[in-house]
Amino acid sequence: MCTYLTEKIELDGAGKGGNGWFTLSQGAVYVDHPYHACHEHTVNIDFTNPAEGPSARVAVELTEESALALIDAIQKALAAAPPGLASGRR
Amino acid sequence: MNDAMWAGTVTIAGHEQSELEAYLARPLGEEPRGGVVVIHHLPGYDDATKEIVRRFAARGYAAICPNLYSREGAGVSPDDQAAAVRAKGGVPDEQLVGDVAGAAAHLNFLDHANGRIGVIGFCSGGRQTFLVACSLQIDAAVDCYGAFVVNTPPAEFPLQHKPLISKAADLSCPLLGLFGAEDKYPGPEEVAVLDAELERLGKEHEFHSFEGAGHAFFATDRPAYRPAAAVEGWKKIFNFYGRHLSA
Repeated sequence: MCTYLTEKIELDGAGKGGNGWFTLSQGAVYVDHPYHACHEHTVNIDFTNPAEGPSARVAVELTEESALALIDAIQKALAAAPPGLASGRR
Repeated sequence: MNDAMWAGTVTIAGHEQSELEAYLARPLGEEPRGGVVVIHHLPGYDDATKEIVRRFAARGYAAICPNLYSREGAGVSPDDQAAAVRAKGGVPDEQLVGDVAGAAAHLNFLDHANGRIGVIGFCSGGRQTFLVACSLQIDAAVDCYGAFVVNTPPAEFPLQHKPLISKAADLSCPLLGLFGAEDKYPGPEEVAVLDAELERLGKEHEFHSFEGAGHAFFATDRPAYRPAAAVEGWKKIFNFYGRHLSA
């Protein structure tokens, strides 16, 4: 099925795409058909900067298990670091 | 039998004369022929869709797939274009109709065109095919598992497409609908409502739901591919166009 649903978030950071590094400003997360991964559905995440055009994109397509493991890993990594160390407000 | 063809990228005029990239395939023979506009699915203007365009040319039709995401810029890869369009909520219905009208006009302008136009779309393109067939003068339309023709999309759906069933009275041509019995979008009940409405309006249509198949059963590059349904589906498509796109 095509879910069409897209969760959008604002991002502050950088990503490396086909044309090198760029500043990230937006993220989109959706569970839908992948473009490349050989699964019927995946968790697709786009890290983008619309102001720099559609090619300013880092795309990943993960299985549900991989996506949940990634969330867990991010939380563990943050918990292990001093609070606020990677905050954009520092 | 002369099954040679020309295939490649062309530029066409879409909605409000926007310049669009399009993939065209046409037979090299000189027989009069119908044209087919292929509407790509939500993931965009991809290799699988171009293969479908060539399939029609191999069967004697001039076929074209406009890149509905061309406005995202030349030289941008189709998957990046698709992601950008998705983030914006998809393409507006009005723009889609204008783009398909431009593609149809391009086909009718080619040598040996017989003036008859078919439209076919997959997934979101199935819904858009119905929209086009209710908005333009078309000769034959094929809706492959298009959802939200009858039902309202979920509230979170970014573009808030309106259901199209109220346009059914304007359907300008025979409609072939090919669905997977195990699909949820559209589910069998949505297909049944559309079927009943077209019946009530006396609109020529032919619906087939394939057992053991879900959404995207024609997609040879995806696990959803169901050979039995796809082979039978293609037979029905060529039979349908054979009846309605001959001069």
